[in-house]
Amino acid sequence: MGPWVFQPSHFTAVVLFALFASSVFGVTQRETPRSMIRYGIYCFVLFVAAAIVISWLMFLIAR
Amino acid sequence: MATEDNKKTSTQSGAQEGFVYLPLIAGWLVPGGGHFLLRKWGRGAVLAAAILGMFVLGLAMQGKVYANAHDILDLLGLVGDLGIGLPYVLSRMLGLGDVQVMVTTADYGTRFIVVAGLLNIIAAVDAHNLRTGRKS
Repeated sequence: MGPWVFQPSHFTAVVLFALFASSVFGVTQRETPRSMIRYGIYCFVLFVAAAIVISWLMFLIAR
Repeated sequence: MATEDNKKTSTQSGAQEGFVYLPLIAGWLVPGGGHFLLRKWGRGAVLAAAILGMFVLGLAMQGKVYANAHDILDLLGLVGDLGIGLPYVLSRMLGLGDVQVMVTTADYGTRFIVVAGLLNIIAAVDAHNLRTGRKS
């Protein structure tokens, strides 16, 4: 066990994952700072929106 | 005119001197290291914060660090983990991530660690592209 334990909710984990991944995508996939920020935000929104939509689909299928 | 062109060409070739794969290797070993080497401080800082942040949170979620490959899924996990470079070696030396914890957040943590390694490979390749001039 590590020195401290972090137990986020599912949604917090999704948001953190989206934040880190979209930061790297933004910096590596675009050339100017402005387009990096725009692409990073775009990826972040897509990550979170896709997670919410798929979660609802799984919820409705499971019922 | 011809002398100016020659000067410009020699300056460009001077900038391309040295080991061309150094930013790629530095970027793999230390997240953001390739960008720091190329004096892209801002980009390097964002990459280092994102990749190391993801790796540390993965460990804090009690995620597993793959040490060996018993089957194909373990092998893929190991390859992903190795992508982070020296932090992987450090975590193995400190014995972090070697305990199998059966909680949901531990599974998330394992994925965080693997994806941090994969993102680091993207960042290292980006540093290489900056070095070769494929990207500005």
